[in-house]
Amino acid sequence: MDWQVTFRVFRYKQDGAPPRVDSFIVEVSPDEYVIDAIERIWAEQDRSLVFGQACHHGACGSCGIRVNGREKLPCSITIRSVTVDRGTLMLEPLRNLPVISDLLVNMTPFYERMERVHFTPVRIAEPILDETSGRLAADVSPALRYENCLECGLCFSACPIAGTDPDYLGPAALAAIARMIEEPRDGVDVDALRRLADGEHGCWRCHTAFECSEVCPSGVDPARSIAALRRKLTGEGLDRLFRAGR
Amino acid sequence: MNVERPHDLTYQVAESRRVVNWLDSRGRGLGMWAFVAHRITGIGLVVYLLLHLVLLSILAQGPDGWDSFVALARTPVFLALDVVLIAGVLIHGLNGVRVALTGMDFGLRQQKPALVGLAIVAAVALVYASIRIVAG
Repeated sequence: MDWQVTFRVFRYKQDGAPPRVDSFIVEVSPDEYVIDAIERIWAEQDRSLVFGQACHHGACGSCGIRVNGREKLPCSITIRSVTVDRGTLMLEPLRNLPVISDLLVNMTPFYERMERVHFTPVRIAEPILDETSGRLAADVSPALRYENCLECGLCFSACPIAGTDPDYLGPAALAAIARMIEEPRDGVDVDALRRLADGEHGCWRCHTAFECSEVCPSGVDPARSIAALRRKLTGEGLDRLFRAGR
Repeated sequence: MNVERPHDLTYQVAESRRVVNWLDSRGRGLGMWAFVAHRITGIGLVVYLLLHLVLLSILAQGPDGWDSFVALARTPVFLALDVVLIAGVLIHGLNGVRVALTGMDFGLRQQKPALVGLAIVAAVALVYASIRIVAG
């Protein structure tokens, strides 16, 4: 332990007291992960600190918070990458979701959106798709892998539109619709999803601030998916218009 | 352990802070700053349009009223406001082209270089326009 870092942590309990910020001085190794320091604060200084964690290696997406204002998975960033010796780290809960306590938010509004668009976390692995047809070759059994999206909610927190329109589907759900259209799944009504994306709180609500793609820890690039959805919907709309005019 | 009060209660009162959330750039990137600049200049241009229409009503007072307004419009304060107006038009117009293109997946990967390039174009155009305005 050769660094000393001050962690300023947002605190809130549902006891009627207003939120506050507590400071904890922690001895850390610069190559430790931020989640390690948070757990040490809990273990050694304040057992009432509430935060989310599970896998500790960026696979579950349950520890998302804001580190110095930026949405991050603290299990995936070293302390060295976000501060210096004798520096300060501000830890806050995600934006645009109700706080349960301290650093833990209620993810229900986010998960409801993902359910609404029938997000299916398992997908067909790309390498076995036939290059020309984009389909599985007849003699190949489908190999599966997980979708890139961890459902961590960082994009939903970073999105300025999610902070202003409570009904906005949000970047992850729109990116999920793009995936469902790209790779339709059994029992999922793709046309209904297309209508949802084309609706009042769908892809046209995005104002292309690119914050979702900036903070995504998993390379989903929701901004690109939303732009691709718009392009597809516009193309289909123009196609319908010209066909109707014939 | 030291205890202090946070600066805001965003987490509890998000619904009543929607306009603030629109402009909250803390910890955010270049795209968000462009988004905020776009909103502010957009509102500014709407306000200008309304003011412009109100001022045009002076025409109804005849040549004397209009001439005295034109004399006022040539004062340094009004000329400075003209520079602000042109800055708003340049930022909103050029960023509007960028947003329209990237929002439809044209050049999306180049959104940051496009923003920097258009900012340089806007700065050069603003300097040129300011010189023309001051020179009369």
